[in-house]
Amino acid sequence: MIGNLDLDTTTTTTFLQGLIPLLLTGLMVTIAAAMLGYVIALILGLVLAVLRRLPYAIVTWPIAIFVEFVRDTPLLIQLFFLYYVLPRYGIVLPAFITGAAAIGVQYSTYTSEVFRAGIDAVARGQWEAAKALNLSMSRTYGVIVIPQAIPRVIPALGNLLVGILKETPILSTISVLEMLNVATIVGDRTYQYSLPLTLAAGLMLVTTSFFALIVRLLEQRLPKTGIHLQ
Amino acid sequence: MLATLINYLDYLSVGIKATILVFAVSLLFGLCISFLVGLIRFARIPILYQICFLYVGIFRGTSLLIQLFWIYFSLPMFGISISSFAAGCLGLALNNGAYGSEIVRGALSSVSKQQFEAATALNFSVGHTLRRIILPQALPEMIPPFGNLSIMLLKDTALVSMINIADITFRAQQLRTRTFDSLGVYAVTLVVYFVLALAIVAAVRLVEHYIRPEKRRTGFLSALIGDQQS
Repeated sequence: MIGNLDLDTTTTTTFLQGLIPLLLTGLMVTIAAAMLGYVIALILGLVLAVLRRLPYAIVTWPIAIFVEFVRDTPLLIQLFFLYYVLPRYGIVLPAFITGAAAIGVQYSTYTSEVFRAGIDAVARGQWEAAKALNLSMSRTYGVIVIPQAIPRVIPALGNLLVGILKETPILSTISVLEMLNVATIVGDRTYQYSLPLTLAAGLMLVTTSFFALIVRLLEQRLPKTGIHLQ
Repeated sequence: MLATLINYLDYLSVGIKATILVFAVSLLFGLCISFLVGLIRFARIPILYQICFLYVGIFRGTSLLIQLFWIYFSLPMFGISISSFAAGCLGLALNNGAYGSEIVRGALSSVSKQQFEAATALNFSVGHTLRRIILPQALPEMIPPFGNLSIMLLKDTALVSMINIADITFRAQQLRTRTFDSLGVYAVTLVVYFVLALAIVAAVRLVEHYIRPEKRRTGFLSALIGDQQS
């Protein structure tokens, strides 16, 4: 797409005509990476949160250390780590997948804390009732605890989605053609950085505002007490 | 094996100094911006309030990497040429200040209204009210979120390597292309960042020790280690 880039920079209008479709394609990649990263973060975060509540120190300690370590180190280095180290062990993934995975792993440490707070907020009586009914651990979590924990943490999880969206430009460092990368490539070719970068920033602002709005709407619609299962 | 890792650490040491410098300068300016903008937004000073609202919206709504690129590549197009170090610190400080101002505003809002009314009734000047009544109550509230924000800032400093500041990340990249030992290099780099983050956590605990009297612990060491409940 960007290989045979031929932008007419004679006037601002013609430049914009060529530039906007390119940036929008980049924006699609940005959103796709954010979504994939978000799904990974949600699933892994829930797993980490549940594992951390197990009564075995041999499981909870390494997880606590992992969460603390990943949370306190830069995403950029984690990204490079996955991108350059995994292929050495025969795991060759597309840059897009590696990038989304790195974002997902870093954010899973945030989501796990959010889930943990949500699970802690479920009333003790619910746990005791599940135990009294002789429900297994998996049913206690799956049917009783998690459906009540999730609605409470939706606002916090939504904010993390917006956060992930703002992290995706980092993927440009491992050659993913997302919006910022497209903008800098256009800048490198045409020697005009202001317009592409300003436009990219503007599109980013619109996108994050849009997602923040959706999160706010979702927050109002969701039941406050819990998801009702059959 | 160990000797190699120590060699890496030696090579990275130049970068460590640069990272700490960038971190300290951006933290300082970021804090100044936080308090300035936070106070303006809290006091709802006309015109300035709108400007700050716009500033916070833009810097919280777009991603840091785009902001850094914009400052570094786009400002020279308007005739403002700054060094990469200045551009990096400016970007980080503006980004950090936008988030920090929300912390300041939140903490100021959490002080009860009667405190302001009592100060007005006693004919205190604005500066006096702020210095003697409001800030002593609001400051302790700000410490934990500012601690988190400082760790975010440390992680974000990794991005300045993209605009050619020879920080830890930049040196790590050089080292990787030199040695091809991506696993060792990035593992050392991650540990370095983690240790720096732990140092920040310890520093925040110390500040808390002096600012929050109710949290003051018996000794210097116990202040550093802290307890799980706080």
